Amino acid sequence: MLAQQLVNAISLGGVYALFALGFTLIFGVLNVVNLAHGAIFMLGAYTALQAVLLFKLPLTVAILAAMIVTAAAGWLLDYFIFAPLRARQAPHLAPMIATIGLSISLTSTIQGMFGAENLRFPVHGLAAETLQVGGVQITALELQIIFLAFLLMTVLLWWLMHTRMGCALRAVAESRKAAAILGINVEGLFRLTSMIAASLGGVAGVLIALYTNAVFPQMGQPMLHKGIAVVILGGMGDIRGALLGGFFLGCAEVFSVAYIGSTMRDAVAFGLLFTILLLRPEGLFGKAAQRRA
Amino acid sequence: MEWLETFWATYSTLVLSVGTNVLLALSIYLTLACGLLTVANAAFMGIGAYTAALLSLHGSLPFYLSLTLGALLPAMVAVMLGPPTLRLSGVYLAMATLAFGEIVRITLLNTENLTGGALGLNGIPQYTRWFDVFAIVVGALYVLLRFAGSRIGRTMMAIRQDEVATELMGHNVRAYKLFAFTLGAGLAGLAGGLNAHFTFFISPNEYGFDRGVEILAMGVLGGTGSPWGAVIGGLLITLLPELLRTLGDYRPLLNGVILILIILYSPNGIWDLKRFIRSRHFVPVS
Repeated sequence: MLAQQLVNAISLGGVYALFALGFTLIFGVLNVVNLAHGAIFMLGAYTALQAVLLFKLPLTVAILAAMIVTAAAGWLLDYFIFAPLRARQAPHLAPMIATIGLSISLTSTIQGMFGAENLRFPVHGLAAETLQVGGVQITALELQIIFLAFLLMTVLLWWLMHTRMGCALRAVAESRKAAAILGINVEGLFRLTSMIAASLGGVAGVLIALYTNAVFPQMGQPMLHKGIAVVILGGMGDIRGALLGGFFLGCAEVFSVAYIGSTMRDAVAFGLLFTILLLRPEGLFGKAAQRRA
Repeated sequence: MEWLETFWATYSTLVLSVGTNVLLALSIYLTLACGLLTVANAAFMGIGAYTAALLSLHGSLPFYLSLTLGALLPAMVAVMLGPPTLRLSGVYLAMATLAFGEIVRITLLNTENLTGGALGLNGIPQYTRWFDVFAIVVGALYVLLRFAGSRIGRTMMAIRQDEVATELMGHNVRAYKLFAFTLGAGLAGLAGGLNAHFTFFISPNEYGFDRGVEILAMGVLGGTGSPWGAVIGGLLITLLPELLRTLGDYRPLLNGVILILIILYSPNGIWDLKRFIRSRHFVPVS
C-alpha cells in the first residue's frame, strides 16, 4: 500500500517538479513572477491534443510539437512583455499584472477556439497496460511520465551545471550587471530562459493531461497555484529546491488523499505553504538568502 | 423620468457592482500605498460576504448590523494574520496572502453545514440599495483622501519609498502596515457584505484567485498614487467587459490585452497616462 502510494506520488510529483522548474527558472534568472505559466501549460496540452487529433501524430511527436509551440510562446512573452518591462526596471508588480493579462487572453482564445468542455486524448491502450513490480501496480503511462520528467530534469541540470552556456546563465542569475560586463549576452540568455521555461511548462501540461485524462481551458489555474506552492517550498529561484518541492508536494497530496480524505487535498498543500512561509520564508531547502539557480 | 426607470431596471446590478468594486479597489489601494503586495482582499471580501449573508439569513439581524459585523470579522482576521505575514516582503508576501486566500476558499467549500459548500448560499435578501453603496463609497473615499494628505498618508508613502529610512525617523512601520492591512480587510469585507445583498447568491469560488487578481488589477490600473486612481481602476475593470459586450466569447481576450498595454505604456496607472503622453519617458513605480 505504501509502495503503491509512493509510485503515484513520484509520477505526480515529477510533473509538479517539471512545471515548477520552469516557474522557478524564470524567477531565478529574470527575477519575474510569471503568472502566465499556467496558461502556457494549458497551451502545451492543447497543442499536443490537436497534434494527435488533427494531424494524427504519434504521442512522442505531439509532445515535441507542444514543446516547440510553447517555446515560441516563451519567446513572444519575453520579447513583447518582459523585455520592455526590464528595460525600464519595472517593479515586481508590473510583470505580474501583465502576465495575468496574458493568461486571461490566452485562456479565452483557447476557449473561443476549442470550447470550454473537457477534451480527452484518444485511448491508445497505454494507460490500460499495467506492470506488476513486487505487489506494486504501475501503468505504462505512469512509467513514461516518470521517465520523461526525470530525463528533462537531468538534461536541464546537466546543461546548467556543466556547459558554458549554463554557467553563463547562472552568472546572469547571480548578477546581470556583472555578467554583462563579462561579455555575456544577457538579453539573449533572458530570451532563451523564457523559452526553456515555457517549453518545460508545456511538457508538464501534456503529461498532466495524459495523467488525469482531461484537457480544458482553465486547467492551468490550479496548476499555477501548485507551482507557486512548490517554488515557495523549495525556495524561490532555487532549481534543486523546485525538484525536491515538486516531489514533496506530490507526496503530501497523495498521502493526504490516502489517509485524510480527498476533499482537503488542496488545503493540505496550501496549509503547508502557509506554514512554511511564516516559519521559513527562504524555503524548506534554502540555506542562505541568496542562492539562486 | 421614465428612461431612468428603464435604465435602472437594466443596469442596477452593474451600477451597484461599480460601487462595490471601487470599494475593493480602495481596499487594495491602502496596502499598495504602503508598498505591500497583498492579494488577500478577495478572501477578506469572501469572509465579509459570508458573515453578513449568514447573519441576514439565519440571524435575521438588521441589515446595517450584519454589514458592520461583516466588515469587523475580516478586520479581526487581518489583525491576527498581519503580524506574522507582514514580516514578509515583495513576492513572498504576495504568495503568503495568495495561500491564505486559497485556504479561506477551500475552508468555505468544505464547511458545508454552515456555508452550503460548493452550492453556495442562496436567497440572500436583497437589502442593498443604491444610496447605501453610494454613501459608503463616498465615505470611504473621503476618509482615504483625508488620510492621503495627513501624517498617516505621508508616513505610508514614506514606507513605500524607503522602509528603513522611515523606521529610522522613528515611525512604527509595523503598526502602520498592520493598520493599512486591517483597514483594507475591513473595506473588502464591507464590499463583500454589500455585494452579497444584491447578487442574491454567493459561492466560495467567487472569492478565489480570479477575484483577487481582478482586485489587484483595479488597484494597479488606476494607479496607486491617489485614492482617485482606485476609483478609476474600479470603474474601468467593471465597465470594460460591458463596453466590450459585442465581442461575445472573445471579450476576456481584449480585456487581457488592455491590461498588458496599460502596464506596458502607462506604468503608474491610467491616472498617469496624461503625464506619460506629455513627457514620453517612463518613471518607474516604486
